[in-house]
Amino acid sequence: MIRAVRPAVSLEEAFRSGLPVVTCEIASGDGADPADVIRRARLVRDHVDAVNVPDNTAGVAHMAAWAAAALVAREGVDPIMHVTCRDRNRLALQSDLLGAAAMGVRNILCLTGDHMVHGDHPDAKPVFDLDSLQLVHLATLMRRGRYLSGREIEPAPDLFPGATENPFAPPYDFRPLRLQKKVEAGARFIQTQITFNVRRFSEFMGRVRDLGLDQKVPILAGVAPLRSARAARYMRERVPGMEVPEAVVRRMEQAGGERARREDEGIRICVEIIEQLREVPGLAGFHLMPIHWEEAVAEISARARLRPARSLAAGAKEDGTPDDRIEATRDSLIGGTREQRA
Amino acid sequence: MSIPVPAPVRGFFRRHTALTRALEILVRPIEALSKKAVFGCKMCGQCILHETGMTCPMGCPKTLRNGPCGGVRMDGRCEVLPEMMCVWVKAERRSRWLPWRGAILKIQPALDWSRKGSSAWVNVLAGRRGKETS
Repeated sequence: MIRAVRPAVSLEEAFRSGLPVVTCEIASGDGADPADVIRRARLVRDHVDAVNVPDNTAGVAHMAAWAAAALVAREGVDPIMHVTCRDRNRLALQSDLLGAAAMGVRNILCLTGDHMVHGDHPDAKPVFDLDSLQLVHLATLMRRGRYLSGREIEPAPDLFPGATENPFAPPYDFRPLRLQKKVEAGARFIQTQITFNVRRFSEFMGRVRDLGLDQKVPILAGVAPLRSARAARYMRERVPGMEVPEAVVRRMEQAGGERARREDEGIRICVEIIEQLREVPGLAGFHLMPIHWEEAVAEISARARLRPARSLAAGAKEDGTPDDRIEATRDSLIGGTREQRA
Repeated sequence: MSIPVPAPVRGFFRRHTALTRALEILVRPIEALSKKAVFGCKMCGQCILHETGMTCPMGCPKTLRNGPCGGVRMDGRCEVLPEMMCVWVKAERRSRWLPWRGAILKIQPALDWSRKGSSAWVNVLAGRRGKETS
């Protein structure tokens, strides 16, 4: 039997270790050459537990996410394939999920998708046949061996569906509840939008903890390094749903135009945010979004002392660290996921 | 839809298909006109207005029925149509005034697009429901 490529340690196993998990998004291929995707994957693979592969980010046409994710899987790191509802109806979504599973891609991040008006094909027909929550439900259904039509899937794909939440977009009070809906629909992990406003993120997590969601699914806080003041202003003004506080933009402006200095300041801000987020209870780790700047990941990991859970788990065993601590955190983390699996 | 219609009524309309069709012809324009004027109805045929804070989710450019997308602007406006308030910002605000405010947390199943343009009222009477999430 032909077997799909499997990473040494999967994202699910990393979560199960109970140790802080690190994931990172890479830019998807902007041409037919697989070398571009492979190069980006290699830049980050030693620092993370899984690599996110976007699906036509911001509505700009790129290489298919399943193909890029399969390339990432071949590099020995577990891919997380983004699946958006913008470009495909329920038939295409189901066939893509099956195809991805056959290529060794089982982590799928269910997204609504940026609207095409912001992309390079604003004249395209919007699909949005399902929404992100219905997609989470669909993946869960397929995992249990059924198509949306009710027909049986044999064998069922062993999918590990995740979802996102954006704590920085209104209606703020509804965001934790929407997260709860996604968890109820079957989401097994959560990655958030990029955090620059730690206070707002902290308020969001407070509500999430009140709902007990941090006990049910691992939540990874999104963080990103800024590269220039221009990028900061662009994000604030042109990327809907992004909150970049004035103080952050000002710091990037003060860093000046010299490349080394502004890039250093961007990484410093990112590391500071990671340190602040470490104080927020209920987080299972971090999700890096370097936005075409994968070279920065090694530097951020070193400065913020971020290590993938898989390396820590291996290290703990070598050092003879008692496994009890790992076991305890592991139990608190998978309590909910085990329940969901039932 | 969660509006309870007695089984005998549903059965009656199911059996008398010609009558149901006639009712559809009669009711559809009334429903379309009234709901369009008040709620901006798009006649999806599977009305969930009462569960989304009396705000039609089909007015969302992404036709999201389970909550807002992540692209809502800081001032609560739509990322696609900045001149419009986000449908879900309105829905969430309005739902607070409803005695059944918890209905907004219900997971809405995928839309049955084959029913677009038909009368949701007649569909309810005839017990033609969308697929329920399991």
